[in-house]
Amino acid sequence: MTQIQDIAASAEAIARQLNITKYDVFGSSVDENSVQVDQGEPKQVKASQRSSVIVRVWNDDNRMGVTSTTDVDPKGLELALKTAQEASQFGATDHVADFSPEATKPIPTVPTSKAPQAAVAELIKTLVDAEHQLLQAHPAIAGVPYNGLAQRDIDKFYLNSDGAQRVDARSYASLYLYSKTEQEGKKPRSAGAYRMGPSVDGLDIQGCLSEAAEKTISHLNYAKVKSGKYRVVFSGEAFLSLLGAFSNLYNAQSILDHQSLSTAESLGTEIASPLLSVYDDALHPDNVAIETFDGEGTPTRRVPIITEGVLTGFLHSAGTAKRFGVAPTGHANIGAKVTVSPHFYHVMPGKPAETTYSLDEAEQVIWIDDVSALHAGVNALQGSFSLPFDGWLVTKGDRVSVDSATIAGDFLDLLKAIIYVESEPEVLPGGVCPRIWVDGLSVTGE
Amino acid sequence: MPPTPLLLSKELPSLDYSAPRDRFDETWRAPLSTLLGLGRAAGADFVEFFLERVNYISCMAEDDAITSLSPSLSTGAGVRVFRGKADCYVSTNDLSFAGLKTALEKGLSILGLNMPAPNSFVPAINLELLRDYATARQKESWLSDCSSMREMSDVLLAANATLHTTAKHVQSRRAVYFRDWQEVLVAASDGVFARDIRLNQSVGYSLLCADGSDRASISKRVGSSGDPAFLRTWDYSTDAAGVSESAGQMLYADYVESGTYPIIMANQFGGVIFHEACGHLLETTQIERKTTPFAEMKGEKIAHENLTAWDEGLTDQAFGTIDMDDEGMPAQRTLLIENGILKNFLSDRAGSLRTGHPRTGSGRRQNYTYAAASRMRNTYIAPGDYSVEDLFASVEKGIYCKQMGGGSVGPTGEFNFGVSEAYLIENGKITKPLKGATLIGEAKEIMNKISMCSKDLGLAAGFCGSISGSIYVTVGQPHIKVDSITVGGR
Repeated sequence: MTQIQDIAASAEAIARQLNITKYDVFGSSVDENSVQVDQGEPKQVKASQRSSVIVRVWNDDNRMGVTSTTDVDPKGLELALKTAQEASQFGATDHVADFSPEATKPIPTVPTSKAPQAAVAELIKTLVDAEHQLLQAHPAIAGVPYNGLAQRDIDKFYLNSDGAQRVDARSYASLYLYSKTEQEGKKPRSAGAYRMGPSVDGLDIQGCLSEAAEKTISHLNYAKVKSGKYRVVFSGEAFLSLLGAFSNLYNAQSILDHQSLSTAESLGTEIASPLLSVYDDALHPDNVAIETFDGEGTPTRRVPIITEGVLTGFLHSAGTAKRFGVAPTGHANIGAKVTVSPHFYHVMPGKPAETTYSLDEAEQVIWIDDVSALHAGVNALQGSFSLPFDGWLVTKGDRVSVDSATIAGDFLDLLKAIIYVESEPEVLPGGVCPRIWVDGLSVTGE
Repeated sequence: MPPTPLLLSKELPSLDYSAPRDRFDETWRAPLSTLLGLGRAAGADFVEFFLERVNYISCMAEDDAITSLSPSLSTGAGVRVFRGKADCYVSTNDLSFAGLKTALEKGLSILGLNMPAPNSFVPAINLELLRDYATARQKESWLSDCSSMREMSDVLLAANATLHTTAKHVQSRRAVYFRDWQEVLVAASDGVFARDIRLNQSVGYSLLCADGSDRASISKRVGSSGDPAFLRTWDYSTDAAGVSESAGQMLYADYVESGTYPIIMANQFGGVIFHEACGHLLETTQIERKTTPFAEMKGEKIAHENLTAWDEGLTDQAFGTIDMDDEGMPAQRTLLIENGILKNFLSDRAGSLRTGHPRTGSGRRQNYTYAAASRMRNTYIAPGDYSVEDLFASVEKGIYCKQMGGGSVGPTGEFNFGVSEAYLIENGKITKPLKGATLIGEAKEIMNKISMCSKDLGLAAGFCGSISGSIYVTVGQPHIKVDSITVGGR
């Protein structure tokens, strides 16, 4: 990637030529390799080196324009700045985005985790071995149709015409294995597992293999479930999927846009069972993809969202924070309209539970491992969901895979209906979250 | 500088190719034929370069203000190298000769191939005469003929103002537009050398209404390809009225009761059911993965005898229309199913190599960072012999799915769709609106349950996400009846 100092110098010189006095630039470059295999042979190998920047320009009327480009040389930067300058004529006149007041504050110090990349041949060998082991795990496992091993280096920077300048560099690797079964007279069944790590060497490959095999085998014995209301246990992954789908609840920009289930006045109200607490924490030690600053250069931090059932915090950009009269939280994505998004969830028990539950003792509970098709089955503005899921009907520890069923409900009702938050968290790519028990959810089976 | 068939590998660094980054034309012949020859000389069975330049802009009006106007410019290239049935894809932003050579070198090395030794001859590939769809079909002025930033702003603000007059209990109004202009050049070691310009535009509404605790959110989007006047001719008054009517109906709708029902699916975007439940399973990508139940069923009955379906890239200005695919092959009209019999699969180059099914001009990708894969274009169920009234009259108690949300199909053929606007049918008549419905089923079963197709084929613009990224497609169908399907609800 072109050095940030070079980009800063080019941007400054071009801006001066174009009579641009206020601008900022957020950029990133990615260097990645990924492999897929099929029956012991490499199927497709991909490599990519790409860079992009997004520039924002404020004109004399303090209206802001944006352009993004993949051409980060001086010629590309000049075109981007010119186009952003043109776009600024049509920029918003109300609540115009501005530099973050924290763009020059120190960013958190976290260990640099840029690891040397493994050779592609090593990636292929590792994945071929994993595929082979998964195929050997059970005679019914006939293939691993979806698999991939990737490693990625990411460099990011932010600079502005007030002198802010910061960089971040990370690398991480990821592995997914998704196997499928074939048995005479039975439906094909499938399941998978996913892992992220700081490098290929740091990936929990055996854990991914074991989980994929164990889950796939667990779905061989399947049955329809009767439609009705059930006590449901969400895995950490399933709960985080739902939490993310309804993130407008605590997204300050969504609230200002009237695109949220909350309003500004919702802060301080009880929206969930007191048993639940939720944080967003980009700097969590289990977050492989730590980010130390957001798209506006604001340092990231741990933000309480729900504390013992009470909505205690929103996620902010510089602009939303200014309108709410609070400090930005480091969740901005730069753009013509700055958006807000979470980094890494930390879900944990809130108030101590008076009653605890265990899958070894519970009867007729639905344990949901994962929900799917969120883009089709979630109506985030209405608060409702109706989603297919992978899971099991559990009775005193014995589980039978559920065949073709959906779960439906209202997310705010679900939060209130939580009866237990287990203490042992699952560490996942999107956060850490224990299993969550919820009463009275509608399941459609047969 | 023309390519020379007698080039020595060691002479490469001294070559002075000056192909322009801001236009893909004949000047790219020399560097690309040399690079392709280099790849073949290294031992690759096949090499392909895909060059892309994109000028994209999106604009959003929220209530009565433009809140986002976002241009995006990008250039990039991808090189795909085949050795046997294995392939490697390398992408880069660097379109210089050295940058492309570096990408090629990386691709070769990943497949265990080395650049030719310094004294090796590098035979330039004899590329065909540039097949230039952009020039031949007068597309050069498309970008400049599209709406300006000023016009985008004016149209969206006027459209949103119209929505304000037609809708009740409005909590938020959005009108969103984008224009995606793309220039591509494909050069391959089999001699393919082709250029095209594509123009896709889409505009639509997103309306959120609320009355106490009752909420309804309705979106509607239209799209086209190859029509620079698309935005300025958008009939937003009609769309505003339709969105307002739908939101009004759904605001106080009851939740659907889960169960198994016969359903009638509306035409146009109702075609997403065929796209998800069957179309994806007819891509050779799925045969390669062994994730389609139809892999060995060509020539066999896989659907109800009343069902015929097509995938094509030719319908004028449809969202999924392409003159050539991303591997330089002219688009085709491909018969997928005829009276229930599976006739053809959709295949790209790699799919053809690995499955034996002939290429169909279906190699598509989102952008240069993806290798092309077999993907759909304009996919639809052909019209049948029934009237819409016939379909309704055949349902005693069922559900009318007027507007579909998105959907997906899993690796075992199970699919699901969200229904954003539904109504209860009782004794052949619509009796009340319903919300919260999800349709669930298995592809192999559902195709035999599409028993009635009406005559009113309609197409709708859509986006399809899969292995080679998100691409523009058309889905379509007439009104259809599905005899029974599981409906998830409360």
